[in-house]
Amino acid sequence: MAMYNDRVMDHFMNPRNVGEIENADGVGEVGNIRCGDIMKIYIKVNDEEVIEDIKFKTFGCGSAVASSSMATELIKGKTVKEALQITNKDVLKELGGLPVIKVHCSVLAEQALKAAVLDYATKTGKHYPELDGFDPDEEHEH
Amino acid sequence: MRKVYLDYSATTPLRREVYDVMVKALLEDNSNAASAHSYGQEGKITLQESRETIANFLGAEPREIYFTSGGTESDNWAVHIAKKTRKGKHMITTSIEHHAVLHTMEEAEKEGYEVTYLPVDENGLVTAKQVEEAIREDTILISIMYVNNEIGSINPIEEIGAVARKHGVLFHTDAVQALGNVEINLKESNIDMMSFSAHKIYGPKGIGGMFIRKNVRPYALIHGGAQERGYRGGTDNLPGIVGFAKACELAGANLQEHIERLTKLRDKLIKGILETIPHSKLNGHPTKRHPGNVNVSFKYIEGESILLMMDMQGVAASSGSACTSGSLDPSHVLMGIGLSHEIAHGSLRMTLGDMTSEEDVDYVLEVLPPIIQRLREMSPLYEEEMRKQNGNVQ
Repeated sequence: MAMYNDRVMDHFMNPRNVGEIENADGVGEVGNIRCGDIMKIYIKVNDEEVIEDIKFKTFGCGSAVASSSMATELIKGKTVKEALQITNKDVLKELGGLPVIKVHCSVLAEQALKAAVLDYATKTGKHYPELDGFDPDEEHEH
Repeated sequence: MRKVYLDYSATTPLRREVYDVMVKALLEDNSNAASAHSYGQEGKITLQESRETIANFLGAEPREIYFTSGGTESDNWAVHIAKKTRKGKHMITTSIEHHAVLHTMEEAEKEGYEVTYLPVDENGLVTAKQVEEAIREDTILISIMYVNNEIGSINPIEEIGAVARKHGVLFHTDAVQALGNVEINLKESNIDMMSFSAHKIYGPKGIGGMFIRKNVRPYALIHGGAQERGYRGGTDNLPGIVGFAKACELAGANLQEHIERLTKLRDKLIKGILETIPHSKLNGHPTKRHPGNVNVSFKYIEGESILLMMDMQGVAASSGSACTSGSLDPSHVLMGIGLSHEIAHGSLRMTLGDMTSEEDVDYVLEVLPPIIQRLREMSPLYEEEMRKQNGNVQ
């Protein structure tokens, strides 16, 4: 289908890091069934606060899956602090762009990571100022 | 890779025979059918013959057939005629009409008209009783689609028409999907106006028509020349018209065979899907259904993803998910038959036609189950459901 570029199609047809992590250090889920996209991210964080492993599961369209895949690739191996600097613009850039009406899918990937880190922070009693004011249940914008 | 086109309800490929007559018309038609000279007169004869062919196919009289640019214009026109020629402020339609009717009705509401949008049952059907109960003193139009474009359900049009006639209300039906797929005989019918289009029956795009019963007074929507007895201005699209007439002639020649063959393929595809893919559901009526329409929902996954993966396997289909409709919500038809968002997002429409073979159906039944499984393994909703089920087992 010509609506996506080859890079997006590659990440859709061969998504990286699909799956679950048992006993994950953080799990985040964002999106809602009404809009038709839900993204769930699992992270494994080591003592140096490096995200050693990351997996995702996504219910959604081609760009939602591709964004999830690309975001996990960008995040894997980064420290939590570094990962929180990654925005949807980075995901979009690495994907070589998405159709305008699909840009919100890349926002969802950024939100899902934040939700997973928030879960990790809550469990470990850590505080990341980058997450101040972040609400994982907030309706995402289309 | 095998190429399988299963989107005939979106548009059909042009038949070779239609192409031939159109090319001939394009090359030889250097006339304006409205002109008095001999070139024009030839065009006029072609126009008249085409009108007769189409009228013949529908069991109508030639003067009851008006050419338009297609189904959308005809639907707009029907509402316009009611507004201009009838006294009253109320119209009746259904919640799952094509947008060509729905949006036109919404415009009428802005002008002060009241519109009743009848709800449909879980199969997408309305009853004549529902229509009768909605009729008021000031009802000027009942517009109810013959065959739904998404789920293929066939409405009891003649029963509804009988009710309309009994109460003296103008009755219009959008028959764009019905043409060439159900038997229509307008002579014995209660339909007052009927919209149709050429490109759904292997004809060209940009040409369609409207049947307006001879005792119904038309009123122009497109003002201009004296074409179409003064009720639809604009130079006659002769190549389109001859192509449309040829498509009707061909459709009429083997309508029964076409319906029987497609119905068999359709039912094989539906049965194969429901039997091999768990958590799948047929949308629309199981038998009162367009012979080529298959619309199924798969739980836990989203429609556009299914389409993309099918496209990579050479299969072209469509979906009613929000992502494919370009809006926030899934299709109004799927919501109208009472599906939850979750089920509606996972819908897949495959529409079969004359170039669809049994091998094509077998191919879809081979490639579709692994696609659904793959997407489910990627889905957090499926994961949750599996966890719940495993929990119950323990």
